[in-house]
Amino acid sequence: MNDRGLLPNDPELEDIEIELFVRALKLRHGYDFSQYAPASLKRRVLQLTSSLDTGTVSHLTTRLLHEEGFLAPVLEGLSVPVSEMFRDPDVFRALREQVFPVLASYPQINIWQAGCAHGQEVYSLAIMLEEAGLYDRTQIYATDFNESALKQAQEGIYPAKEAQLWSRNYLAAGGTHTLADYYSARYELLKLDQRLRRNVIFANHNLVTDEVFCEAHLVLCRNVLIYFSDPLQDRVLGLFRDSLVRGGFLCLGTRESLDFASSAVDFAPVNAGLRIYRLGHRVMEDV
Amino acid sequence: MIRPQAVVVGCSAGGLSALERMFAAIDSTVPQPFVVCCHTGSSTVDMMCELLAKHATLPVIEARERGPVIGGAIYVAPTGYHLLVESQRRFALSVDPRVSFARPSIDVLFESAADTYREGLVGVMLTGANSDGAVGLAAVRRHGGLAIVQDPRDAESPAMPQAALDQAGTDFCLPLPEIPLLLNRLCLS
Repeated sequence: MNDRGLLPNDPELEDIEIELFVRALKLRHGYDFSQYAPASLKRRVLQLTSSLDTGTVSHLTTRLLHEEGFLAPVLEGLSVPVSEMFRDPDVFRALREQVFPVLASYPQINIWQAGCAHGQEVYSLAIMLEEAGLYDRTQIYATDFNESALKQAQEGIYPAKEAQLWSRNYLAAGGTHTLADYYSARYELLKLDQRLRRNVIFANHNLVTDEVFCEAHLVLCRNVLIYFSDPLQDRVLGLFRDSLVRGGFLCLGTRESLDFASSAVDFAPVNAGLRIYRLGHRVMEDV
Repeated sequence: MIRPQAVVVGCSAGGLSALERMFAAIDSTVPQPFVVCCHTGSSTVDMMCELLAKHATLPVIEARERGPVIGGAIYVAPTGYHLLVESQRRFALSVDPRVSFARPSIDVLFESAADTYREGLVGVMLTGANSDGAVGLAAVRRHGGLAIVQDPRDAESPAMPQAALDQAGTDFCLPLPEIPLLLNRLCLS
């Protein structure tokens, strides 16, 4: 037995089962995971078989095909709703110091947070914009394909045990108050101040299939592209390019690589180490 | 025994000095890639790579997302991300939940590498104070790969090698100084 409570499985059989699962998900429900990075997708599918107690991936597929209401927990398990407030505080500090001053020159600021999951970064952004005096003219579009994650993002309720880490992150990101000013804690939970939501639109958008829907000055998409194949990564970067105004900013996860994406030529680094880029601002020697 | 195609190494508490000692004794002509997952408290692995590079006979590189896994180098998992080896022998990162309280997790690295290299993989478990890696090492063995575990009596923190022995068993249980000698023999055979 392994940690998933399964008997040792034939690895080739497991791969076949996963391929069938991915096809069933697409054919039955229209969600296409065929261009997801296989190793982590496999891991998550196997975890689903364990958490939903289906025994094998094939049984998971059967229930996905036949059982009403089964799609939601599957999507929940396949998307990656793991983040924290002000994750990688240096990135938020750089946004505050290098990006916000440019955004401040626009009368209306549009920000697209793609793959917002449970919304920790949406609230982090809102807090920073508020402190920079920019929030009242900002519209944040926070999108994800996972309805139940979006719903939780909207509620802004998180386990209180995160508070300490988040407070540390917030201060390291250059926060000018204390994070506790923005939430109320009760029992084991903390709830973000719902006023922070006043300029946020939470919407369902699937990066795999959906198109451009707004004109943005800043796109954040952190630690989402790592789950995509090269061609899908390229498609999504193309979406970001087409969404951004000229000179608009793109912020990715700090370990994400654009080396294998042809769309990356449209972006020039603002802070290469922290993966902050700008559209159409080529460096001089390239011109 | 077939010639290995890759070596994965897991460690935690006491890991840096064990890695330094091990990689100082690896033959500089070994053609396989080594991939290391070491839990560290710091926010980056820059420092660890630098320290390791002072002793290692092979170049030490932080593993990069989508980068190819090339032989004759030591790759180190970045902090805060799981490191996986994809079937095309490229690295992939993930921010999936912690496994055994760890990200990067040794289990995640070992399981994905086992899937990719099958019987061509060697898994090495060194000192550490938790049980991460035991499930991964079992996967290495289940896929036909070879397991080497540092003798817990020789480890600065015996819990991790002990958990690996208990849950996965091993092909070789050795004190640290003998591990690089065995690896050299296997890799250059």
